[in-house]
Amino acid sequence: MSTKEKPAPCGYGGSHARPPRLELRVYVLDRSPRSAVTVINLERLCEQYVSGRYRIQTIDLLRNPDRCREDQIVAVPTVERHWPLPRRRVIGTLADSERAVAGLELGAVN
Amino acid sequence: MKNRKPRAAVLPRGLEKAPTGIRGLDEITGGGLPRNRPTLVCGGPGCGKTLIGIEFLVHGAIDYDEPGVFLAFEETEEELARNIATLGFDLKRLAAQKKLMTDYIRVERHEIEETGEYDLEGLFIRIGAAIDAIHAKRVVLDTIEVLFGGLTNHGIVRAELRRLFCWLKDKGVTAIITGERGHDMLSRYGLEEYVADCVILLDNRVIDQISTRRLRVVKYRGSAHGSNEYPFLITSQGLSVLPVTSIGLDYEASTKRVSSGVPRLDTLLGGQGYYRGSSVLISGCAGTGKSTLAAVFAAAACERRERFLYLTFEESQNQILRNMRSVGVHLERFVKEGLLHFHAARPTCQGLESHLAVIHELVTSFKPSAMVMDPVTNLTTVGSVADVKSMLARLIDFLKMKQITLLSTSLTAGGDNEEQSEVGISSLMDTWILVRNLETNGERNRGLYILKSRGMPHSNQVREFVLSAKGIRLVDVYTGQGTVLTGSARLAQLARERAEETLQEQELEVQRAAAAAQITALQVQMRAAEQELKRLTMAAALHEHSVSQSRAEISRNRMADKDAAVLPGGAHVH
Repeated sequence: MSTKEKPAPCGYGGSHARPPRLELRVYVLDRSPRSAVTVINLERLCEQYVSGRYRIQTIDLLRNPDRCREDQIVAVPTVERHWPLPRRRVIGTLADSERAVAGLELGAVN
Repeated sequence: MKNRKPRAAVLPRGLEKAPTGIRGLDEITGGGLPRNRPTLVCGGPGCGKTLIGIEFLVHGAIDYDEPGVFLAFEETEEELARNIATLGFDLKRLAAQKKLMTDYIRVERHEIEETGEYDLEGLFIRIGAAIDAIHAKRVVLDTIEVLFGGLTNHGIVRAELRRLFCWLKDKGVTAIITGERGHDMLSRYGLEEYVADCVILLDNRVIDQISTRRLRVVKYRGSAHGSNEYPFLITSQGLSVLPVTSIGLDYEASTKRVSSGVPRLDTLLGGQGYYRGSSVLISGCAGTGKSTLAAVFAAAACERRERFLYLTFEESQNQILRNMRSVGVHLERFVKEGLLHFHAARPTCQGLESHLAVIHELVTSFKPSAMVMDPVTNLTTVGSVADVKSMLARLIDFLKMKQITLLSTSLTAGGDNEEQSEVGISSLMDTWILVRNLETNGERNRGLYILKSRGMPHSNQVREFVLSAKGIRLVDVYTGQGTVLTGSARLAQLARERAEETLQEQELEVQRAAAAAQITALQVQMRAAEQELKRLTMAAALHEHSVSQSRAEISRNRMADKDAAVLPGGAHVH
């Protein structure tokens, strides 16, 4: 499991103690080209829409096969907006940016 | 052409099979499902697809030492555990023993947005992990078609399923894949394209508001299989398929006899009653005492400490017990002792085939020595005469194999065609007894006679059949003077005959008295004549005497010659 965390700058009203943070999970198979593409696409979208206020957790299902069962993963890759609720999922390489943004409701976070 | 293999080697010979443990299914498939290959089981909702899968795994785990994985796409683990528990299997224990594992795979469309290429590797990983965890030999995917509902890119799903089934073969597991029945295809999404080895179709057809479950092996590559539709049952012990048509006509014929329960009837049947394992039909109109004959037969069997199955299609157990009490047949104690088992079911509660299946189950579990179906004709409410005949033929074959005597009663419409209306099923029967109402002089009486009884000499006589609080009695009918009389006509005729005899006797008495009087009179007359004769003789003697006296006197007076001749009668000859 590799966790990439970007520093979350305070850009939200200033006086509030903690800004809302977007938590994303990517379920991939390590070293597969499709997985790499997905992660790159996700990072690009996050920078575009929720720059600095997100955290991406990448879960390699080959190394953590139990997570398939625990997190009900069928399709690979799967991207989940884990926080804030409700959770949203999209599958695929996020090649269709519009659908990915709509599916993960990245726009609504702003 | 040298490299060409001989044909026999190409064909899969002695295809290895994995027994399902489901009663009947292994017989139809000749041993089970193709080992290490996927089998498609399809059918509409509520057909029993999931149940076949569960049983396949449970039997595999318990009976064949083959652990199994159940991948549920529609039910959660808890729901599955409950379902399995209804069959009497403890899923938790099986799971703890690492013999059975269930996994609920949730595919919900509204959560998922598709944004490019993907595959179903997550599914492969889950299935693979489950198989490896318990070294599974069997896998059930129920119902994998949910994937088509959850994922919009059917191209990907199809490609992945094809890959999945190949992968399962490589894994060396025997798999069941369930699918919904489609309109034009066997399954809604054409899974039969990928699962080509064995396809089983389940069906729950409703005809005339009655549903019957049927199973058919549509295809079984490389193996012979029963191709008919077989009815199957879902019972508390699970699924049971009935390959009833496979039974042949090669059962043994017993020479042992069993009493009908009516001693006089036994006498009519060659003196010993029915053959054991034979089929007996008692037909007659309403109220002719068919059920009573059946109950008496049951009582006789229980009296011999034999187990008896009583199937009733019309009355409840308590109703029969009460009614039979009124004619002096007490069945309650046999029920209490467990010798007599009642099964009451309306014919319309299930289809004909299901009835057959239920009877099959009952007979197999209760193991009776004889049974009653009362009345068998009620089955025609759920099937045509031909259907009933076919069902009964199979039932009789089955019972004969088990040497179980079957007594069926048959309600006839009445009228003059009582014998004809039975032709449908009577040919299946070994012994046929007709009970009929003989209506004369404003009363109905019961007459009983044996129409046929294979393999035994039997009486051709009609017997009057009398029901009383003491039970059944068969009495001779009146057959004198060229007529047959029963009931009070018979009694009246007998009384009349007795009266006539008495009259004749009286007349004789009078005649005798007259003769005696005559004799007396004659005797008196004779005595009188004798006396008259005596008197005359005496008178004659007196006369003689007086004559001789007077002559002597005269002689004395005339001093007659002593030699004077004295003529008898006093006549004097001078």
